[in-house]
Amino acid sequence: MEDALLIDWSRAQFALTALYHWLFVPLTLGLAFIIAIMETIYVKTGNVVWKEITKFWMTLFAINFAIGLATGIIMEFEFGTNWSNYSWIVGDIFGAPLAIEGLMAFFMESTFFAVMFFGWEKVSKKMHLLSTWLVAIGSNLSALWILVANGWMQHPVGMEFNVDTARFEMANFWDVLFNPNAYSKFLHTIGSGYVMGSLFVVGISAWYLLKGRDVVKAKKSIVVGATFGLITSVFLIVSGDESAHEVALNQPTKLAAMEGLYDGHGRVGIVAVGQLNSDKEIGDKSEEFAWSLEVPYALSFLGFHDMNAFVPGINDLVYGNEAESIESAKSKIEKGKVAIEALKTYKEAKKSGDEAKAQTALETFRTHENYFGYGYLKDEKEIIPPVALTFYSFHIMVGLGSWFFLLFFVILYLSMVNKLDGKKMLLRLAVFSIPLGYIAGETGWIVAEVGRQPWVIQDMLPVGMATSNVSVTAVQTTFWLFAIIFTVLMIAEIKIMLTQIKNGMEAH
Amino acid sequence: MFEDLELLRLQQYWWFIVSLLGGFFAFMMFIQGGQTLLGRLGKTEEEKNVIIASLGRKWELSFTSLVMFGGALFAAFPLFYAVSFGGAYYVWMAILFCFIIQAISYEYRKKPNNFLGQRTYEVFLYINGSLGIFLIGVALATLYTGGNFIKNEMNFSSWTTETYGLEALLNPFNLSFGLVVFFLARVGASLYFMNNLDHENILKRARVQLKTDALLFLAFFLLMLAMLFLMSGLAYNSEGFFMVEHKFFFNLIETPLLLISFIMGVGLVLYGIYTALFKASTNAVWFNGIGTIITVTTLLSLIGFNQTSIYPSLSDIDSSLTIVNSSGSHYTLVAMSYVSLMVPFILGYIFVVWKSMDQTKITSQEIEADAHHY
Repeated sequence: MEDALLIDWSRAQFALTALYHWLFVPLTLGLAFIIAIMETIYVKTGNVVWKEITKFWMTLFAINFAIGLATGIIMEFEFGTNWSNYSWIVGDIFGAPLAIEGLMAFFMESTFFAVMFFGWEKVSKKMHLLSTWLVAIGSNLSALWILVANGWMQHPVGMEFNVDTARFEMANFWDVLFNPNAYSKFLHTIGSGYVMGSLFVVGISAWYLLKGRDVVKAKKSIVVGATFGLITSVFLIVSGDESAHEVALNQPTKLAAMEGLYDGHGRVGIVAVGQLNSDKEIGDKSEEFAWSLEVPYALSFLGFHDMNAFVPGINDLVYGNEAESIESAKSKIEKGKVAIEALKTYKEAKKSGDEAKAQTALETFRTHENYFGYGYLKDEKEIIPPVALTFYSFHIMVGLGSWFFLLFFVILYLSMVNKLDGKKMLLRLAVFSIPLGYIAGETGWIVAEVGRQPWVIQDMLPVGMATSNVSVTAVQTTFWLFAIIFTVLMIAEIKIMLTQIKNGMEAH
Repeated sequence: MFEDLELLRLQQYWWFIVSLLGGFFAFMMFIQGGQTLLGRLGKTEEEKNVIIASLGRKWELSFTSLVMFGGALFAAFPLFYAVSFGGAYYVWMAILFCFIIQAISYEYRKKPNNFLGQRTYEVFLYINGSLGIFLIGVALATLYTGGNFIKNEMNFSSWTTETYGLEALLNPFNLSFGLVVFFLARVGASLYFMNNLDHENILKRARVQLKTDALLFLAFFLLMLAMLFLMSGLAYNSEGFFMVEHKFFFNLIETPLLLISFIMGVGLVLYGIYTALFKASTNAVWFNGIGTIITVTTLLSLIGFNQTSIYPSLSDIDSSLTIVNSSGSHYTLVAMSYVSLMVPFILGYIFVVWKSMDQTKITSQEIEADAHHY
């Protein structure tokens, strides 16, 4: 009971800090490039209006950037404080991208950030522009290394288990770096940041147009924001497709939960909208959905690039499917237990100097090592993540992503033909789409992280094995401490941001 | 190049890199020191704005140095990272909390409608500069004095006290180490202001403040050093762990390179203080800063070399950590060693940017004219 509570509170604390952090990071990723583009126009044209526009968005960027740093520092150290077993078991692989992130990205960001904000009169125009671009590149490099680390957790490659140190060790750095899962996640994640930045610029500029204030600057901002948004929303959709393809190949339980698919078959469609049957249990014969609208063949095609492809469902993955050569979770758990026992025997034999016994145990371990993590699961149904949360989060994310593309397209078109004035409903929709961008980003991460439960490392290490051995009270204390401080800081951030926006672009 | 090095050499190389990062972070702590002097050196709103502007252009480098220090420990010594952070839970969480509240304070302090009020953000900066820095000192001191942890055959660790690291505050050496770091940061801050500001009133007060802080720094430094050289340290060989009297003193004199660098580092720190106090030098921060980097790097290196434990266990001596039993694999250390070759490049661009931004000293007029001043 105590262990289960500790796992839940550790999960809750990480989820809390990650969700807060992700409220601020996407805007940094996207707005940094939009500002760099605006400043480039200023340097190219010499038009001071563009300088004023750049400075206005830069002020909002700084307010957001500060709280992004505040919520970010805890993330790195939480791997140690709350997931110390994880830090040991995979630290040999996972620690490297985090350290490289600090070296390559953080120093670049923090050094050139000072020039970007305080260097207008101290360095040349070109040096200043270069600094702005380097801040944008630095923040995106940071995302790259974090997603290399996260991608590895979703699809572990380039490593081997060392029985003597009892941990996973890196065997090929390039495999870790060029992990296809990491790249699809990186591209999709930065894409969502770019779209968020665009929604922010377009939405706030739309508010100015609705109020009839700073019209010229707002229109110019809209053109940049909507152009960037349209291009990057296409990029977001394409990278999302690739990301889902990777999920189909490597994380079948996540895919099944994303689509609420219980019984696998060929030619599977995608549920465009639907309501899950809340009484549905794994293994029963009840309907999967209360109602749904489906796009035929789409899941088979998008997941496996084949209209006829078989897509395994939750029941296939739990109970196995001989016809499709899918092993049951029960069988995997049994093999996992054999691996754990063999490792234990190996270590005891080594300690007592019985080399022959150690060798036999090692061979048994190597035969079953791919199931090692399964050995720590108690029940076969544990391999399935929370279906409803994953399903609805995924569909909200996809629906909103499609809406953003449409919004940017219409706004850009109307801007180009100079017919945006008076389109009050559209402008209001643009304003209300700002919070939708945050919702889309958060739901995306819920799909990625909740969808891979119970694994902290897919198929290798369950979350329950990864926590620190601290008391529940200690984690509860820090959970509430962070919940309070992050909420207070977020309120401060929103109030400051809204005041700056209300003060208008002229103030800058 | 690095592939040919033995694992032990790579472990030593990485302990040196970690020590160097610790040294760089200690130098950058002048930011925190400055934050604690805000009310003492800045008596008017205008003076406070000048001080905040001066620190605000550098604060992220100290923040990044801390993150980098943690990242390097994670990558190179994952077992140390797991045992210390996962065990001394309350201490590390308190440190992190102090840095969370720093990160927003510069930007939000003067912004209209900032919810908590200017004074609260200044208190946040003070907490970061005092408690945050003091606790980092205490946490680093436990590398010499040890922690209450045990680990099993799978290297899963657990802490044996319910206070999760706070008990370190009862150890006099840990406390004096924390106070040394605190006063060193304040000395560094006064020297930095002398170099960075053109403001008569602030500089006049900084010179007075420097005398007090330098005296307290020296007193605690000598106390800490005496305790360090007198204390026993945990050593190891192929048989296991054992205590050695005056271990750190012998580590220093048995390793001439460390002895020379220690004397050089302390000499530069003291020379920096001397030139600022008696020669009115504005460049003392560089002597003091380089001296700080060298001294702290040496003090941290003392633990990693000469078969010394980098984290003794007070609960089970056999659970103690060394650079050998807590490091990453040969492959990872090699890969990370290539990455470490970027360090001179990074230091290079930091130097260039710092120089170009600090060509002229900060004045009140400049701050008033800057729409985006903190």
